[in-house]
Amino acid sequence: MKKSILSQRLGFSLLTACTAAVVGFLAIILWDIVTKGAGSVTWKFLTDAPRDGMTQGGIMPAIVGTFFATTITTVLALPLGCCVAIYLNEYAKDTAITRLIRVTIRNLAGVPSIVYGLFGVVLFVQGLRLGTSILSAGLTLGLLTLPWTITASEEALKTVPASYREGAFALGATKWQAIYTNVLPYAFGGILTGAILGIARAAGETAPILFTGAAFYLPFLPRSVFDQFMALPYHLYILSTQHHQIEKVRPLAYGTALVLLGLVLGMNLIAVIIRYKIRKNTKAV
Amino acid sequence: MPVPCAYHVHMRKNARHNRLKEEAIRLLLFSSSITVVILLAGIFLLLLMKALPAFREISAGEFFLTGVWDPTGYERSHYGILAMIKSTVMVTAGAMAIAVPLGVGTAAFLNEIAGPRLREVLKPVIEILAGVPSVVVGFLGIVLFGPMIAKLFGIHSGLNAMNGSLLLAIMSLPTIISISEDALNAVPVSFSEASFALGANRWQTLVRVKMPAAVSGVIAACMLGMGRAIGETMTVLMATGCAIAMPVSFLDPVRTITSAIAIELGEVAFNSTHYYALFAVGLVLFCMTFAVNMVSDVILHKYQSLQR
Amino acid sequence: MDSQDKISVRNLNFYYGQVRRVTNVTIDIKANQVIGIIGPSGCGKSTFLRTLNRMNDLILGARVEGMVLLDGEDIYDPEVDVVDVRRRVGMVFQKSNPFPKSIYENVAYGLRIGGVREKDFIAERVEKSLRDAALWEEVKDRLDDNAMRLSGGQQQRLCIARALAIEPEVLLMDEPASALDPTATLKVEELIQELKKKYTIIIVTHNMQQAARISDFTAFFMLGELVEFDETKQMFTKPQKKITEEYITGRFG
Repeated sequence: MKKSILSQRLGFSLLTACTAAVVGFLAIILWDIVTKGAGSVTWKFLTDAPRDGMTQGGIMPAIVGTFFATTITTVLALPLGCCVAIYLNEYAKDTAITRLIRVTIRNLAGVPSIVYGLFGVVLFVQGLRLGTSILSAGLTLGLLTLPWTITASEEALKTVPASYREGAFALGATKWQAIYTNVLPYAFGGILTGAILGIARAAGETAPILFTGAAFYLPFLPRSVFDQFMALPYHLYILSTQHHQIEKVRPLAYGTALVLLGLVLGMNLIAVIIRYKIRKNTKAV
Repeated sequence: MPVPCAYHVHMRKNARHNRLKEEAIRLLLFSSSITVVILLAGIFLLLLMKALPAFREISAGEFFLTGVWDPTGYERSHYGILAMIKSTVMVTAGAMAIAVPLGVGTAAFLNEIAGPRLREVLKPVIEILAGVPSVVVGFLGIVLFGPMIAKLFGIHSGLNAMNGSLLLAIMSLPTIISISEDALNAVPVSFSEASFALGANRWQTLVRVKMPAAVSGVIAACMLGMGRAIGETMTVLMATGCAIAMPVSFLDPVRTITSAIAIELGEVAFNSTHYYALFAVGLVLFCMTFAVNMVSDVILHKYQSLQR
Repeated sequence: MDSQDKISVRNLNFYYGQVRRVTNVTIDIKANQVIGIIGPSGCGKSTFLRTLNRMNDLILGARVEGMVLLDGEDIYDPEVDVVDVRRRVGMVFQKSNPFPKSIYENVAYGLRIGGVREKDFIAERVEKSLRDAALWEEVKDRLDDNAMRLSGGQQQRLCIARALAIEPEVLLMDEPASALDPTATLKVEELIQELKKKYTIIIVTHNMQQAARISDFTAFFMLGELVEFDETKQMFTKPQKKITEEYITGRFG
């Protein structure tokens, strides 16, 4: 009897230690970046271009570039992802094709981001002759986030009660009318949450844009979607590994890391808050 | 029969038009779903298309069975991927050695020990961990974990396989935790109740009843985490030193499959042998992760249908 | 079949996968009557009801054999538009299912998706439907409130109003009062008596007293088969079959 109590106590402390370690990792990451990066992030840092061989100045072009690229990502992934989710959740019967589509989506989510990068080079940069550009990079990131967008949108559609659809059909709604008027409006919040999470992910990705459009250094802001661009994650990579005065630009790298982390986690936080609000609302109903 | 009112007539007139519209929408949604399949097939085929020309100049034997990768060699080029494969395997295995116990342990903690309120706090923490961009983790590998490892082992640089393993472990933890926890949560309460009724305590129930019942889900979770680690690029690119030599110990710098592509593709001429060879490397990577994902998918699916 | 019959069901079978849920039902229903459908749970009475406006079309793996004639026209004919069928045969569900829209928009929903744009016409029809559903007085000052805030009984009457707004010819009701308290139930029952002047009403109920109170004809289902169909008075006083009598007198079910 005593032995079993002892083993339980031991085992549970072990599990607690595991959890503490995981939380510890996150704490270390956040603590290090925030404490060492906070000093660099000034208004000037956010609004200035890099200067003096990137040893001075700020990261404005990288912020703008990331914004443009993720906009293209959203424009591609959100509508397409919603369409697929609507098809799977509202129309698809359990056929071989449906199962194939579902397996494919799960597999796409596991394709390494660098492979998306290779695909983007062949398809967008060379094949469609878009060159290394914001457009190529944004589209590549769009494909990368597609499986996440689909899954999140489908989850959102699933939360809409079946009775909304039935009620609409009983009043003579066609399938699409029922979906458009009585399902999508109530899945909107969830789809939005998924979209934000997808954008956050795209904003933090580096590997897919290495060869599809990200530039080492540009003194000016991109003027069209066919220009190359600076991106926050790529800029961090450059500053921390490729710069000729790595130690000197370390504060800038920390600052960039903090801005990137803040941006990505900030979007995550917004998504979590929206989701929390939706849950509260549906509970009230 | 009641006289149809004006709007009933109006409705019937619209019927044919409506049916056409409905079919068009259905077709649109279906074809967008099919693009997903085309995308995956397209990735494979384009990689294959760009990889095959490499074997006009490189023998498959050299490519798969030798360990020297030196596309710009002075006398002749060498294209052997064994060193990269070994690097990837080492870094991934190291990552799993750290992440599997930690991840499964945390999942068990969430399932068995944490109360609802603690879980409300921990789940977002894990989601945030999943949200940290890999380039930021790689950066920390350079500025934080690398120096720590160097100091600990008294070596010059901490940019080596061990650093990569540690970082990849952090990156694959969220996947392992969340899917393992789902697997544990899916174990019917009746199993635990039966175990309690036989006088087992919570720890015994967890280890002897719940874990075995959830084992396939947990394995699938670990494999998905592994797939993520194999394909992860930026962290290993930044934090493992990227030496091309065949690694021997975890304190050696390594160049994994992903980092080799990331470093070299930017420097090669389009449509050169080296360029094609990198696509061949990409194809190998794709096949590895595809296999891992497929197997975990099958396990997960089989296990879900058993639960039903 | 009589020319007055609103609905004539001929040899109707309903299959879900391999299982037959409704077996060989033949029944004639006259216009402007209330038909009560009774039977033990799982006897297929709700399933039968849902074959009358093709709501079962939505279920994967479902299959129908036989005919359902609405004014002599088979609603399962491939040429018939299912949307049209559902507009002519309205339905009120067991659990009230107002949409999370305003009260006004709930009632206007059927008209709007039917392509009606005239605001005055919609406003007029919303008021009329709410009056017909005996809800107008209670909600006329808060038509913009979310329908989810109504009480259970009010929600169910709103669902009835919503169904009435598109002027169906037949109204199907699937245990409409089962989730309501006695006062609300009474209101719905009075309403049904009022509505039969304009509509043919087919109502599934678990409650035999309710069937006896409100219906002109009663159909008794068991194990997917129509056991007996007769005038309610006849059915509850002198049932033809022993099993009907046993059910009605509460010996099982």
